Amino acid sequence: MSEFLQHLVNMLVLGGTYALLGIGLTLIFGIMNVVNFTHGVLYTFGAYIMFIVVQQLGLNFFLALPVAVLAGWLLGAAIELTLLRPLRGSDIDTTMLVMIGAWIAMQSGTLWIWGGVAKSVATPFPEAPLVLGPVSVSWLRLFVLVAAAFLILVTYLLINKTSLGRAMRATFQDHDTASLMGVNVDMIYTSTFAIGSSLAAAAGALLGPVYVIFPQMGDLAAVKAFAIVILGGLGNITGAVIGGFILALAEELGAGYVSSGYRDAMGFLIIIAVLIFKPTGLFARAERVG
Amino acid sequence: MTRALALVPAIALATALVGGTAGAQTIKIGVNEPLTGAFAASGTYVVNGAKIAADEINAKGGILGKKIELVIEDNKSNPTEAAAVAEKLITSDKVPVLMGAWGSSLTLAVMPKLMEYETPMVVETSSSGKITTTGNPFIFRISPPSAVEAAAFKGIVDKLALKKVDFLVINNDWGRGTAEDFSKMMKDKGITIGLVETMDQGAQDMSAQLSKIKSSDSETVIVTTAVDQLTLIFKQAAALGLKKRIITTGGSQNPDQIIAQAGAAANGTMHLTTFLPWFPDKTPNPEATNYFITEWKKRGFEFAGCTESFRGYDGIRTAAAAIEKAGKPEPAAIKAALWDINIKGLNGDIVFRKSGPEGKESGQSQPNVYLIEINDGKVEMKTL
Repeated sequence: MSEFLQHLVNMLVLGGTYALLGIGLTLIFGIMNVVNFTHGVLYTFGAYIMFIVVQQLGLNFFLALPVAVLAGWLLGAAIELTLLRPLRGSDIDTTMLVMIGAWIAMQSGTLWIWGGVAKSVATPFPEAPLVLGPVSVSWLRLFVLVAAAFLILVTYLLINKTSLGRAMRATFQDHDTASLMGVNVDMIYTSTFAIGSSLAAAAGALLGPVYVIFPQMGDLAAVKAFAIVILGGLGNITGAVIGGFILALAEELGAGYVSSGYRDAMGFLIIIAVLIFKPTGLFARAERVG
Repeated sequence: MTRALALVPAIALATALVGGTAGAQTIKIGVNEPLTGAFAASGTYVVNGAKIAADEINAKGGILGKKIELVIEDNKSNPTEAAAVAEKLITSDKVPVLMGAWGSSLTLAVMPKLMEYETPMVVETSSSGKITTTGNPFIFRISPPSAVEAAAFKGIVDKLALKKVDFLVINNDWGRGTAEDFSKMMKDKGITIGLVETMDQGAQDMSAQLSKIKSSDSETVIVTTAVDQLTLIFKQAAALGLKKRIITTGGSQNPDQIIAQAGAAANGTMHLTTFLPWFPDKTPNPEATNYFITEWKKRGFEFAGCTESFRGYDGIRTAAAAIEKAGKPEPAAIKAALWDINIKGLNGDIVFRKSGPEGKESGQSQPNVYLIEINDGKVEMKTL
């Protein structure tokens, strides 16, 4: 029983960051119809910003987090303005190839600047974990969970309660009509990509100090983000949040009770099952046909 | 006329290219190591150790009157890349001998290429038994296979009063080989083998495996992986309140890095290593050990890396000694000469003995294995 509780706690902590990764990606796909292959690199980017601010500039850990989010926002806006805007209207394959190119170029750039050896970031949290009966969790991971929940809530409010969010939702439904209604679609696209990117950078900034930071760290994260998005339904934010927790649960229980060798395979087995039985994702709304 | 004139630069270029290889002023040694990916830290340490050896040899005038040149390629911690890199080094750089490829799975992927191009390779780190038992006569290994590690560990098993042991190993030839060889040795000693958990080489979160091990009834965990993953395991085990004795194998632990990163959680842990940079006087070759450590520090590298980098140093010295003995930088001659060398490595004499099926034996040197324990943040040597 105590093992099961420990797995559940691990799942909560892991799921929070998976959800954060997932909503950034699903937002961009849903609104812009762009398969964002730079999502993983933005995750890596956020982690390296933490490394620069905390380890190299010697500044406060809690200050570094908003810096990473802002840097992710700026980089996302820059990618949208320089790569995606000129390609607006071109087919999805062209955009996809350009994004793959951007991913490889940015990852190689990271390697070029920082080298391949992993870096770690010191945190202000105590080494001793928080022990609650049979389960224990590190303070750092607890903080990561709270921060992720906060960011997810902010994103939710931004999309559902602000005028920018309303414009984004309108663009998502029908960008031509939204445009006719006076929504500046170009601006919405740039904002969406920047917000999605800043969420990826935030996930990297939060998880970088938990693990280690290296140029390819975003690859597995991106693959998992895609899994979560497919699981939750493309463009569905609530679905991405729940999808994040489902993936974390499958990994934890799979590794704990089936075989740890197949831990990373668990998520993909779920995706295969979802694609066969419910290809629009577990939480997709019924779509009007015709 | 004009056409003939246009040919002049082309001929000059061709001559220069051909001349470049024929009258080479250096003797090349190919280095196939993971400089990115899961084993980047370890591979980089080995390459830095290799450079110290090359610089030392060149400062003394090189070999056969020529300087040696390391052609270093990154195998990205990926077996497919490791094989491709070996092919590139042999066919395009024309290296007569290689050193590599750090991981067992990486080395195993390179081995068919060595057969194909009949080029020898000094294996500096890999520990899977398969490497020297499958009948590849181009393999010359200076690191201990995991069965040798297990045998060395045998002596201390009674002193530690081990009863039940869990394993947490990297999911590749290295990790699984170690779990197999250690389980065999321990079963013979009457020790019960509990869980055998694995982790992907790129995995960063081992909480699930550690949670499972935490609730098992064993008192000891044997962990096999490289330094980056090991550091994460120590941190995550501490966060989960895992209070079992941890023993690591493989010699890629960099104990000082574990002390720095895991803090108090590192106390009481034991590590099987293949080098003793903390106690140069206890190594088989104290003078060389001191030279190497001084040179390592002089170059501004972290002391923690010594336990790994010495392999690159020994590996290049082994290859260089064989080239010198062969009298010419040619693969077949070097392969023959590797059987005749006897050099003082930092971890014992490097002399190759035959291993594997008759007629196509691989070379295996017999290095020392040490057990160290971390206490109060300091490394102590245990007698095996």
